Amino acid sequence: MTSDHAAGVASEHATGITSDHAADIDRHVKIYISVFVALMVLTIVTVAISRFHLPVPIAVAVALLVATIKGSLVACYFMHLISEKKLILAVLVLTAVFFVALLTLPAVTHSNGYWIH
Amino acid sequence: MDIPYTVEVRRDTGLTNGKIGIWLFLASEVMLFGALFASYILIRTGAPSWPRGDTILNVPLATVNTIVLITSSVTMVMAWASLMRHRFGTFRIYMGTTILLGCVFLVIKYFEYSHKFHDGLYPGTNNFLALYFTLTGLHMLHVFGGMVVNAYFLGPGAKLWKTNPVWFTNRVENSGLFWHFVDLVWIFLFPTLYLL
Amino acid sequence: MSEPGAVAATRPHAAHDLHHEALGFWRTYVFSVDHKVIGIQYAITGLLFLFFGFTLMMLMRWQLAYPGAPLPLIGRLLGEARMPGGMMVPEFYNELGAMHGTIMVFLGVVPLAVGGFGNFVLPLQIGAPDMAFPRLNMASYWCFFLGGVTMLVSFFVPGGAAQSGWTSYAPLSVIAGTGQTMWIIGMLFLITSSLLGAVNFITTTIQLRAKGLTFMRFPFFVWAQFVTSFLLLLAFPPLEAAAILQLMDRVAGTSFFLPSGLVVSGQVLQHAGGGNPLLWQHLFWFLAHPEVYVLILPAMGIVAEIVANNTRKPLWGYRSMVYSLIFLGFMSFIVWAHHMFMTGMGTAMAAFFQTTTMIISIPSVVILTALIISLWGGSIRFNTPMLFAVAFLPMFGIGGLTGLPLGLNVADIPLHDTYYVIAHFHYVVAPGTIFALFAGIYYWFPKATGRKMNETLGKIHFAGSLVCMNVIFMPMFLVGLAGVSRRLYDGGAAYDFAQPVLHWNVVSSWGAWTMALFQVPFIFNFFWSIWKGEKTGDNPWEATTIEWAAPSPPPHGNFLEAPQAYRGPYEYSVPGAAKGFVPQYEA
Repeated sequence: MTSDHAAGVASEHATGITSDHAADIDRHVKIYISVFVALMVLTIVTVAISRFHLPVPIAVAVALLVATIKGSLVACYFMHLISEKKLILAVLVLTAVFFVALLTLPAVTHSNGYWIH
Repeated sequence: MDIPYTVEVRRDTGLTNGKIGIWLFLASEVMLFGALFASYILIRTGAPSWPRGDTILNVPLATVNTIVLITSSVTMVMAWASLMRHRFGTFRIYMGTTILLGCVFLVIKYFEYSHKFHDGLYPGTNNFLALYFTLTGLHMLHVFGGMVVNAYFLGPGAKLWKTNPVWFTNRVENSGLFWHFVDLVWIFLFPTLYLL
Repeated sequence: MSEPGAVAATRPHAAHDLHHEALGFWRTYVFSVDHKVIGIQYAITGLLFLFFGFTLMMLMRWQLAYPGAPLPLIGRLLGEARMPGGMMVPEFYNELGAMHGTIMVFLGVVPLAVGGFGNFVLPLQIGAPDMAFPRLNMASYWCFFLGGVTMLVSFFVPGGAAQSGWTSYAPLSVIAGTGQTMWIIGMLFLITSSLLGAVNFITTTIQLRAKGLTFMRFPFFVWAQFVTSFLLLLAFPPLEAAAILQLMDRVAGTSFFLPSGLVVSGQVLQHAGGGNPLLWQHLFWFLAHPEVYVLILPAMGIVAEIVANNTRKPLWGYRSMVYSLIFLGFMSFIVWAHHMFMTGMGTAMAAFFQTTTMIISIPSVVILTALIISLWGGSIRFNTPMLFAVAFLPMFGIGGLTGLPLGLNVADIPLHDTYYVIAHFHYVVAPGTIFALFAGIYYWFPKATGRKMNETLGKIHFAGSLVCMNVIFMPMFLVGLAGVSRRLYDGGAAYDFAQPVLHWNVVSSWGAWTMALFQVPFIFNFFWSIWKGEKTGDNPWEATTIEWAAPSPPPHGNFLEAPQAYRGPYEYSVPGAAKGFVPQYEA
């Protein structure tokens, strides 16, 4: 193996992208640009919606929804999660479960009467 | 000594050590910021009243900062893509831009903070501000940390490109994952603190 | 990648490493990136902190046995601020209590169990040349070291060390002296160390295991360290966040944990208020409950190895034990508020946490039962490691069973914050985990040094420790059931209802001081054997797991050639086999 070919094969193995052929990278770059535009639009959207001063529960739901979409775009495309190996996804799913528990259980347990229960 | 799978992937997992390592670290960071968000939820829901973010904080400035950080995420991934295309010069431009945008973020935050202090608003003033300063402060430390690592790969660390380009590309990718994560946290922090 | 050449290609410098030139004293023994050196560093430092934490407790036990009595000789040495006329002031008792707990858990047991045993044994047991990230490994040790130094230095600041319990509950911890700030800083170092270590252990286990070593062929010890690492990785960050919030409350004037209208020493506190002390409890226990599984899982791993080896038969129920371990790890994240039943959480959430707590007892019982059944029909060799490992089983059993009433909301009411709780958790951690750690030291000492520890001294150490542990902690159940609260600097002497059980405090104290004497043969044995112990070969215990394929002690890179796993980890007494055990690494 020449070192160039070795480097090519190695980098092929080394990344979440299946080949380092120029066309493939070009396709990915196109995706990055589209995601960038989407993120910009969603940023404007979330700021615009906030100007309506919706009731807090609805404002929270909408803001979180938009943030989740933006976050998912960053995670899936910039961080390559959409093509990542199962092992990594499994760790993240596990983390997500504990994240949700941490965010909800203390508030539900000691809500000082905010929730109706 | 050579540790296996530092550069080449292990066949059954399809991953390098560094890729697994950085994602594990990011998982721990999810729990760190999760705890801070949980604190925000518990304190806010326990408060008799809570100011809307835009009544205290500077939304236009923070919106600019959001755009700055998102842009820096794009330049970061483009920096890595440049290495994948073996364009080292382009890598340097994108990486430099990423660091520069990070600086812009920090400068804007500096102005935000000093304006608050000037108005007599400190972390100890009330819980809204306590959460604001602590959450954005910790986020800022992460931005700074990411910039330091990126600067290393732009500067002294770039020597690795000549001797082991694949390893260098992987390390930049992993560094990028951390940078994207920092952006991701801000994507949630911004509406939570400034808009709600 | 099935040819030997392909394996060698991934480790081209294997042979070279074995003839590695000397790096100089500092890079070899102090700032080494070799997992074995780092493991020994963790182990020795951890043992030193264990003995220091033990000493703190022995001081407390004087006060508990003889409240208000001057402590002869030592009392005067500790200064007028802490022991005027040799008599302990309550603040000093609180310092001792908070630091005993903190040091034992975070500077003693975990560094020894995870940092020490995990680092030394794990790469060897999976046939790896080192950890995935050797420099990160070194960094995590020095982070731990800095955390330990910070904790020790805190004794010397004005006001003394932290004295708000190892749990540092707000608001007391927020208004406490400088020592508490140092506790927080120390914890930040220790948490960082654990996070770096966890990343290393998980990556190493997944990526650097030998060819043929599938997950279900792992020794149970490897599984235990693997699950423990996930607990550390995902449970510690919330405590890190909480520590930062408490630091903000203490130095930046915030009120994350300070409620409005707080009155301290007759003065209304000038702070923003609106904070929630329960927020601290939630964030603290979110870590601290998984932390207790961090304390026990490595111990179960060690006991499993030693039981299999010394019964000369495979572990009974290996698969069940592994699935139980994974289930236990998962459940450990959703039981934490059983430490908070008395905080007014309402019946719905109390029911939730009781349910998860009862469920989590099941995998523990499965693992314990499997280990006990593993003894049945075995050709048992009662060497020192095995004695400690077998004693672990009933001791952990007592600890675990006595936890059940604590996990039930109503039964917890009279037991919460009493000596019953102290007895429960000490049974699990002291004659539980620490016995397993002793077992592990005797067991793996030959691998680390090429020599065995002395058996007679070992048996004296064992017998004395076993009796003393029970003398110390069994009476505490009675004291707790009588209603004596924990953290009382006079052990309950001021209360009428406590009078009938006070004599047990004296019993426990003499048990503790006698226990110290029985550690002397161990300490002597440990150091004497390094130079004068009976020399052994690579596999003195005739064990089957991969670490025994390496030379004793192993060189850099661990193995003369990359090992491969051909079978399960406990092929002892295989019918028709040529010898009484078939190692995992033999073709």
